[in-house]
Amino acid sequence: MDACNHAPELTGVAGDPGSAVHRLDPRAKLLGLPAVSVVAVSAPLDAWPVFVICGAVLAGVATVARVSPVDAWRRARGPLLLVIPVAAVVPFVRAGGAHWSLGPLTVHAAGLVVLATVTIKATIGVAAGVLLTATTTFPDIVRGLEAMRAPRLLVLVATLMYRYLFVVADEVRRMGVALSARSGRPRSVLRSGVLGRLATALFLRSYARGERVHLAMLARGYDGALPRPYPLSLRRVDMAFVAVIASLLLPARVLAGIG
Amino acid sequence: MSWAIDLRGTSYRYPDGAGALDGVDLRVGPGERVALLGPNGAGKTTLLLQLNGLLRGTGSATVAGLPVRDGVLRELRGRVGLVFQDPDDQLFMPTVAEDVAFGPLNLGLDRATVAARVAQALAAVRMSHAAARPPHVLSMGERRRVAIATVLSMRPQLLVLDEPSSSLDPRSRMELIDILSAIDATMLVATHDLPLAKELCERAVILDRGRIVADGPCAELLADAALLAAHDLMLPSGFDLSRITPREHPPAGSRASMPA
Repeated sequence: MDACNHAPELTGVAGDPGSAVHRLDPRAKLLGLPAVSVVAVSAPLDAWPVFVICGAVLAGVATVARVSPVDAWRRARGPLLLVIPVAAVVPFVRAGGAHWSLGPLTVHAAGLVVLATVTIKATIGVAAGVLLTATTTFPDIVRGLEAMRAPRLLVLVATLMYRYLFVVADEVRRMGVALSARSGRPRSVLRSGVLGRLATALFLRSYARGERVHLAMLARGYDGALPRPYPLSLRRVDMAFVAVIASLLLPARVLAGIG
Repeated sequence: MSWAIDLRGTSYRYPDGAGALDGVDLRVGPGERVALLGPNGAGKTTLLLQLNGLLRGTGSATVAGLPVRDGVLRELRGRVGLVFQDPDDQLFMPTVAEDVAFGPLNLGLDRATVAARVAQALAAVRMSHAAARPPHVLSMGERRRVAIATVLSMRPQLLVLDEPSSSLDPRSRMELIDILSAIDATMLVATHDLPLAKELCERAVILDRGRIVADGPCAELLADAALLAAHDLMLPSGFDLSRITPREHPPAGSRASMPA
């Protein structure tokens, strides 16, 4: 039995859960996909070949994993819509090169280059993260980090956070329903004292649950470590995945220089 | 005689000074199934937590052949399987299989043995199909069964259950009784569910305000309406106890049994 074999509809992965990418050891994906992001973000503004190679690598991974553009966009739009509007200001404030008047504003060519580059870097970075989470369950990401010697406390917190996020969300939903049932829906932020009291109640409940969970862990012999029944094992295909990404990206990144 | 539970004069006060147990004497023999009854706040959960040293009161306590004291707690907790009232407290790992494996791995067993125990424990509670699932997607009844599997995989000599039938629908409750009655282990069951107590346990103990106020055959205690009323216990309205047939103990070595 392999603990990586989660029911796909329950764990947040997208695409074909049986694909070669989904079945990779989480460590291979934790090394390979963020590396694409790091290479793109660290490249100079005009390193277009690097961006093209990064995009091609991610497109290849998405194709093999059968993660559709719609799924990818659904997951990427949140972070991208936070970053890109901020970058959209740059063409108006970064002077340099040709410029054009747009009513009371002036658009500068240098700023447009920065906007294009930031947009591309952000898209590559977010896409790498999206592909990682679309092809790897959160528990497997944590197991991968643990196997890569991430601090034990961090692993413990991440594991319990994943488990209890759903429990706390359920409590929030129940409290919201109870509030609505007594016509307690606040109509503006200024009248949200009741929300503060709900937050306090939620904190106290979560704290009490934390104590009970700790007792339950102690009752089954917890001594500071989370033992794993199914250790990860790197196969040739996992190492090949990292090697292929490295062999495509590193030469291009080195040739692009430090900008 | 070697008792599965031997508490003598056990008293406990919470740090805020509230007394929870007041001189409890309780002896449970190997293989017995005992219902621990009592109103809310009687001290039932506090008593259960004494059994594997999670809370430590005064008096002497010997459980599953070990004195409850520092130095033996790891071994003691391997012998005493405690199932908490809320399965969401009990199930803290990302998947069912990892949770069921947690206890045996902490006992230092090798991975092959742990895998076999996980499979056996999940089969005993009829949850083999859910091994790779995260607990939050299971129904309350399923979570309760998995919570029991998490301690069965440690093959405890003593199974301690805190309100095992709370929040269960009638069908899940019946499945739970089926599963518990097939387990070959000494059992202490804290519950408000008097019909469950009658069906599963041959003996009952009533705890009120931290003291044991009655101890005897379950059928006799539950038939004493005045005793139940005096301690805020009540059968469902119109319930006929004589219609409940107590479950037989399973033969030793049967499929769902967990011999040490």
